[in-house]
Amino acid sequence: MTHWIIAPVVLPALLAPFIVLAARYHIGIQRVFSVAGVVALIAIAAGLMWQASDGTITLYQLGDWAAPFGIVVVADRLSTMMVMLTSVLALFVLLYAIGSEWDNRGRHFHALFQFQLMGIMGAFLTGDLFNLFVFFEVLLIASYGLMIHAGGNARLRAGVQYVLFNLLGSTLFLFALGSIYAETGTLNMADLAQRVTLIDPEETVGIRLAAVLLLLVFAIKAAVLPLHFWLPSSYAEAPAPVAALFAIMTKVGAYAIIRVYTMVFSPDLEVTAGLHTTWLLPAALASLAIGMIGILAARHFDRLVAFAVIGSMGMVMVSISLFTPTSITAALYYTVHSTLAAAALFLIVDLVRSGRADLRLIAQPVVPGAVLTSALFFAAAIAMAGLPPLSGFLGKLLVLDAAFDSTSAVWIWAVVLISSLIAVVGFSRAGSVLFWKAKATPAPEDEAETAPAPATLSYVAVGGLLALLVAHTVFAGPATRYMTAVSDQLFNPGPYISTVLETPGKLNKPKEGY
Amino acid sequence: MELLVASAIGVLTAGGIYLMLRLRTFPVILGISLLTYAVNVFLFASGRLAIGGPPILRDGVEFYSDPLPQALVLTAIVISFGMTAVVVMIALGAYLGADDDRVDDPAETERGDAT
Repeated sequence: MTHWIIAPVVLPALLAPFIVLAARYHIGIQRVFSVAGVVALIAIAAGLMWQASDGTITLYQLGDWAAPFGIVVVADRLSTMMVMLTSVLALFVLLYAIGSEWDNRGRHFHALFQFQLMGIMGAFLTGDLFNLFVFFEVLLIASYGLMIHAGGNARLRAGVQYVLFNLLGSTLFLFALGSIYAETGTLNMADLAQRVTLIDPEETVGIRLAAVLLLLVFAIKAAVLPLHFWLPSSYAEAPAPVAALFAIMTKVGAYAIIRVYTMVFSPDLEVTAGLHTTWLLPAALASLAIGMIGILAARHFDRLVAFAVIGSMGMVMVSISLFTPTSITAALYYTVHSTLAAAALFLIVDLVRSGRADLRLIAQPVVPGAVLTSALFFAAAIAMAGLPPLSGFLGKLLVLDAAFDSTSAVWIWAVVLISSLIAVVGFSRAGSVLFWKAKATPAPEDEAETAPAPATLSYVAVGGLLALLVAHTVFAGPATRYMTAVSDQLFNPGPYISTVLETPGKLNKPKEGY
Repeated sequence: MELLVASAIGVLTAGGIYLMLRLRTFPVILGISLLTYAVNVFLFASGRLAIGGPPILRDGVEFYSDPLPQALVLTAIVISFGMTAVVVMIALGAYLGADDDRVDDPAETERGDAT
């Protein structure tokens, strides 16, 4: 049994208290340790991904107790891919936070950042529903601290809303877990997958209720309409690097839906038949539409990007709700794209903000470094709106292709294509107001010196995210091949279940001398 | 017994949801607390309502109570307690900063641009 699988959780968990205790007053040391930790995470994630790439499913039993009684951590293709995505995103976000001095505007940025990474990694790796809840709470409580980092009235108020909404979500999650346990007597996902098939078809009320509650909880995390209300103000008010890191948090919800609803409540299971096509698909289409309309309607640049996140989550959910191997492949491709594009856009919002009085979409004097910023915005907007040549276009093409055989193909095609057009219009409006009309307004003399151009490291971070998007486009072939392998593994859960349940652990008989 | 526990969960949930829908932070936080009490009792009941059974294996005992929900409830209590403390602190900060403890967004014109 290798211990490396637990490393993405343990490393940030040890680093964070170290940063608080030993490097509390030394921002330089905090930065070094934080970046070193994230680089180590990338190395570990690459190793795990390489290990999982040939289809091996590795299991780690905490305290050597066998499932379903012990806690297990499982690394398969999907988990390791998401761990890799998170650690790469974290590196660029961290570089931006350091370059723009965001980490120095309040206390404990780096410690909270590491705790947040610990929660996200744990949520991706755990093989147990209750531990999914615990890791959700870990990532949420760190995100509460990050959300109100550097303070300010508007941010604190948005923080209260964000915390309350998530507390409600956690309570719902516990209700769902309680009903699942009452119905099946287990919370281990592999064990659940076997037990739900054995439930008497006459007595499925409880388990159906639990399945719907669980879907509701994950939909809150993924900000699917009508549960998206928490997202715009939280993401817009959060500090820019934090908002960029939050781009992966909505994906945790999407990941949980993919994981639970392919393995436990699989699409061909009679108990939950129709849940995806009847409920999830219309909700996903509606959030796609609302997100893109929000891009057009937003009066502030930060809200515009927040609605773009809702729209792109809608796109991911549309693809997930079809629940075929090709549609899950498309969803995974789009998930990677949407995470990177959303993070880049949130960082660009901050680049624009650093030179302007506010983020209202009206013409204002030229911002320092506007040429480079506008070029980055142009590239990120093309990616997010789904225009060729970047990966947004390929992602949408994959989703449309996957939807071709579905009975709701007409609806999906119509909503995706029309909403993309709206997004293009919305982004062009924002770009032209922010960057082109700016020249028409003469800059006041006295303010010209107070706003310096953003640091080079900030541009490197944003440029790095965009370079990853380009790589995601250029290497779309290998990427989709890998993701096809991921979804094949998801739709064939037999090896996962047998690995989890049949690996022997510590004997459950008491030994001599007890 | 079943009726008592079930109606207690129901009343707590109803009260919690009613208070959650108020627009001031204090009732909302009380509502969240009531909801977490409700969910704790619910989790406890998910292991069946068995009285007087030991939760660990022993010789000569036929009737056990399920230990797992008790562990789950402990975790849930600790987490919800911590979360409530966090939300009280953030809400206090927001109240002291804005002189106003409303939970909803201010009108668009009032919205300043935080940096």
